Amino acid sequence: MNSVVLSEQDISRAVTRITHEILEKNKGATSLVLVGIRTRGATLAKRIIKKINDIEGLEVDLGVLDVTLYRDDLSAGKQNPVIEKTSIPFALEGKHVVLIDDVLFTGRSIRAAIDALIDFGRPASIQLGVLIDRGHRELPIRPDYVGKNIPTSKANRVQVLMREDDGKDEVCIIDALTKDNS
Amino acid sequence: MFNLKNILGTKCLAEEEITTILDTADSFKEISTRPIKKVPTLRGKTIINLFFEPSTRTRASFEIAGKRLSADVINISGSSSSTVKGENLIDTALNLEAMHPDIMVVRHTLSGAPEMISQYVKCPIINAGDGYHEHPTQALLDLHTIREAKGSLRGLNIMIVGDIAHSRVVRSNIYAMKTMGMNVKLIGPPTMIPLGIEKMGVSIGYDLEGAIHDADVIMMLRLQKERQSGYLLSSIREYSNLYCLTSNFLEKAKDDVLIFHPGPVNRGIEISLDVMESERSLILTQVTNGVAVRMALMYLLLGGKNDNSN
Repeated sequence: MNSVVLSEQDISRAVTRITHEILEKNKGATSLVLVGIRTRGATLAKRIIKKINDIEGLEVDLGVLDVTLYRDDLSAGKQNPVIEKTSIPFALEGKHVVLIDDVLFTGRSIRAAIDALIDFGRPASIQLGVLIDRGHRELPIRPDYVGKNIPTSKANRVQVLMREDDGKDEVCIIDALTKDNS
Repeated sequence: MFNLKNILGTKCLAEEEITTILDTADSFKEISTRPIKKVPTLRGKTIINLFFEPSTRTRASFEIAGKRLSADVINISGSSSSTVKGENLIDTALNLEAMHPDIMVVRHTLSGAPEMISQYVKCPIINAGDGYHEHPTQALLDLHTIREAKGSLRGLNIMIVGDIAHSRVVRSNIYAMKTMGMNVKLIGPPTMIPLGIEKMGVSIGYDLEGAIHDADVIMMLRLQKERQSGYLLSSIREYSNLYCLTSNFLEKAKDDVLIFHPGPVNRGIEISLDVMESERSLILTQVTNGVAVRMALMYLLLGGKNDNSN
């Protein structure tokens, strides 16, 4: 059974609030860069950048990370996933980097993303913003900006749909057990 | 999607597999431009380069590719291996296999040597060039470079010029280019074009000047002096007069023609200095892309088998 937990409007409000929190905490947008984790994280990062531009009139740099090459579960008997392009076309030295992802779950892909970022340089700080925090962390990782906390069971799947990638804006929880039985 | 155990040749690669390799290489290219040119993907994996024939480019390229993925790379060359003491190829391979490598990269003077090794060992084998047979990674990096420059491969006219008979690069390229829907024309002296090669779906010509006008890509081959027994050419100077790509020939070609050469180059014999250094020449881009293509192959080969989960 699928239950919708965030509608298009909810997502829009969450993105607006996260944008304001980022600007508040960093006292503006100078020396700020956003790095989105492919694919939905990059889309979210683009939206936040647009909102920052609306508020501050500043165009913040966007980086995009594919963290596959840094994952800790490669060659665990599974087919290696397709690698998408990573692009950090600016220097990270002295920048405050806000990593953006759609769902925070075990924390493993954020660990991979931090490792990847450090390979590009030494940022002044790395912060983390996510649309959904669903709990079940396996590493000591904590988000700085959260759209919505959603308690889930480990068997659930949280699906984030973005207009740019999927045709509509929606977050829903998919109950894996009911799905398998149907 | 990608279930190959070995890369022994391009003959057995399907269009979808080649596209996967080229797409993956696209994404790996950026790693070589980073300040820290390394990702941890193949940490703890061991790659053995087993080279029974001289090589600068290919061996360095495989070694760099492995190291940029954090694999441990070991180089063994024929002259310093136990084959000098009389050990046969299979025993050498079995002994190396006993140390649990994850990939063996094999170059050998004899056609079929990598395939024979692959029948005895369990780890994936990449053919880095075997005799007159195939050199699949070279063909894949050629395709990658062409696709990058031209946007797509289907329908392009490619002209391959020179010592067709001795060239494994040509064979791998013909298979791969036909699979990708390109038109291949071979040009060279009649003594260097094997009888019956048109059965591979290529056209043949003996006149460089007459065929140059409709080529989108010109690939010059090295005159393999070490493999000549002397009776194929009356003289190198005559060969050079007829088949050396000079700016005079190039004037008759399309404005956006690309020039390739798998290296090493005999300057002034198959290609003139000014052409080699012209902006149409992608010879060094081929080398750069070779690292990305080999990284892609290592990543794909070590990616586990037959599972659709992401």
